[in-house]
Amino acid sequence: MTAPAIEIKDVQKSFGNISIIRDLNLSVAQGERHALIGPNGAGKSTTFNLISGYIKPTSGTVTLRGEEISGLPPYQINRRGLSRSFQVTNVFANMSVWENLRCAVLWTDGHHYSFWKNIDNLKQVRDRTAQVLSDIGLTARRDVPAGLLTYAEQRALEIGITIAGGADVILLDEPTAGMSHAETERAVSLIRRLTEGRTLVIVEHDMSVVFGLADRISVLVYGHIIATGTPEQIRSDPKVKEAYLGEEAA
Amino acid sequence: MTELASSVAPPNPALSERLKFYGIWIAVALLLLVLPKIFGSGGALTTFSLIGISIIFSLSYNILLGQTGLLSFGHAVYYGLGGFLVIHAINIIGANKLPIPLPVVPLVGGLTGLFFAALLGWVSTQRSGTAFAMISLGVAELIASSALILRTFFGGEAGISANRTKLFRLFDWSFGPQIQIYYLVAAWTLLAIIAMYALTRTPLGRMCNAVRDNPERVQFVGYDPHVIRYLAFCFAGFFAGVAGALAAINFEIANSAYLGAVQSGTVLFSTYIGGVGYFIGPIVGAIFVTALSLSLSDLTSVWQLYFGLFFIAVVTFAPGGITGLLMMHRPLLRGGTLGKVLPSYLIALIPTLALVAGLILAIESIVHHTVNPGDDPNIKAFGMSFNASSPITWIIALFLIVGGFVVARETWRRLARAWDDALTVAHERGYHA
Ligand SMILES: Nc1ncnc2c1ncn2[C@@H]1O[C@H](COP(=O)(O)OP(=O)(O)O)[C@@H](O)[C@H]1O
Ligand SMILES: [Mg+2]
Repeated sequence: MTAPAIEIKDVQKSFGNISIIRDLNLSVAQGERHALIGPNGAGKSTTFNLISGYIKPTSGTVTLRGEEISGLPPYQINRRGLSRSFQVTNVFANMSVWENLRCAVLWTDGHHYSFWKNIDNLKQVRDRTAQVLSDIGLTARRDVPAGLLTYAEQRALEIGITIAGGADVILLDEPTAGMSHAETERAVSLIRRLTEGRTLVIVEHDMSVVFGLADRISVLVYGHIIATGTPEQIRSDPKVKEAYLGEEAA
Repeated sequence: MTELASSVAPPNPALSERLKFYGIWIAVALLLLVLPKIFGSGGALTTFSLIGISIIFSLSYNILLGQTGLLSFGHAVYYGLGGFLVIHAINIIGANKLPIPLPVVPLVGGLTGLFFAALLGWVSTQRSGTAFAMISLGVAELIASSALILRTFFGGEAGISANRTKLFRLFDWSFGPQIQIYYLVAAWTLLAIIAMYALTRTPLGRMCNAVRDNPERVQFVGYDPHVIRYLAFCFAGFFAGVAGALAAINFEIANSAYLGAVQSGTVLFSTYIGGVGYFIGPIVGAIFVTALSLSLSDLTSVWQLYFGLFFIAVVTFAPGGITGLLMMHRPLLRGGTLGKVLPSYLIALIPTLALVAGLILAIESIVHHTVNPGDDPNIKAFGMSFNASSPITWIIALFLIVGGFVVARETWRRLARAWDDALTVAHERGYHA
């Protein structure tokens, strides 16, 4: 049996003496599409921060394909093939769309800190950047500074930066938040296409998106996972109905 | 200059673009070559040499400030140490008759700058922002005070000197005459500009911009922002060392002023005034500030005061510096609407000049009464003679300041409106930058 893509074991996280994440246990199989749902403030983004190395767990471990990553800095976790997006758009605002995506391609393409290569001559980097650019539908906006994009375009760029490096474990934090219905639909089909064959963990509030996209769902309430299962199991789970879904699912 | 000036490079430069690009370098090289034929006086050659040195130093500073977003208050440390080591190197080479010609000696300065940046930079580049700025200031103080304590190496107040003409000669160049120093500086300046420009076109150079924009996100695309800042710091140290070396060769002396706070402030000043957002910004700033400081110091004894005021004005009204100001006109120029704003500029110029003249009268009079109150009140500044104690001077100054300001403010408003109209038309014609 292959190791799970992500495994969170007994993770606790407190800020000061406020315990935000309690006894968190979660296992995501390789190639799985996993949705993390829960009310605002439940700790979903904090969970992503813990996995991606942005913050360190107070106790417990996180493993990536069987290797422990808790305690590593974000860039080392990223180099091991895990990439995340942010709930609040977090791009290189003064740089063009093209440059944003290219920055996300460089490390995996093996160029690291090199200062002896002309970046315009790196054909693979250029091709990969152009590919991602067209994947996220921003080819016409290539030279626009990221800070001047519309909200939906910035969200698309956020996803583009996240997947550009070719990581095979992708965490997306509310990628469709604040989008119109049509934009959400477009974003979801984009996500579906771009994460084909990869492991995806997605935080999402739109239940139609969650039930349509996810293989399995975990419900986080007050920093604790109260249920994990297939969409059908979650839909019929009485604890979930009570704690979270309520009228929304009815 | 579009290629050099643009901060966002085209992803796939066409052949014609590349030819244009190399054309610029060749043109610059030719210009440097013929410049002494046009302005051949010793004073002009010295000015050009100082400008070249300042260009290298300012560009090296902009690797930090403009490219990587690191505000340093102590960049002169690497300039100064480069200068000192080069003076020692010249003395050692001369004394031992080593077969090393002067033109390669600036490399010693560069390597010195690199060495100390590599040594001192690891801790300071851990963070950007205030922490980095404060550490740079602390390191600068430390080095500057050691320069006064370690007398054998730094020569105390007097500094140390060397004779650059006693080295191994290539093509019979003694490097005694200023023209030869000019060519030495010009060659190094051109090389350094090309190298630093090339650096911005590498993966590291691009990631420096990313760290400047958003160090947090950089970590999530696989890069350690600390390493990026550190490498940028090392490159900046290297080129600062080259600049310091050329200064030491030019003056044949190095003293503690080389690594002091004034020198660190001056490079910040030049770079910022030129414009940190563009590669050519520091070049423009270095030319402007060096030329202005040389000419202003002839015109008035308190030229630093005017520099300070000018700096405040740039930070307040033109945060993009001179280059930013010029680049603002690009859409108008390309959209063919520049002509719409030029008359407004000319109209605004008259009351603005009156305001400036009034300020100069007031400043010079106040300086006279505070600095040398006992002296003859008939003073001369900016070629104007006037009596600093006469009420007429004060009335004229007041009139120029108040009247100039009131009228100027109205003309600036009109300028802003004309500007908006011109920009709107340019945008409608499809020119955004
Ligand atoms: N760095 C922090 N310091 C203190 N409290 C935090 C920090 N980050 C998050 N929290 C708190 O943790 C809780 C969970 O936040 P978050 O993970 O953003 O929730 P969600 O993404 O599920 O809406 C919130 O109450 C939030 O205020
Ligand atoms: Mg959240």
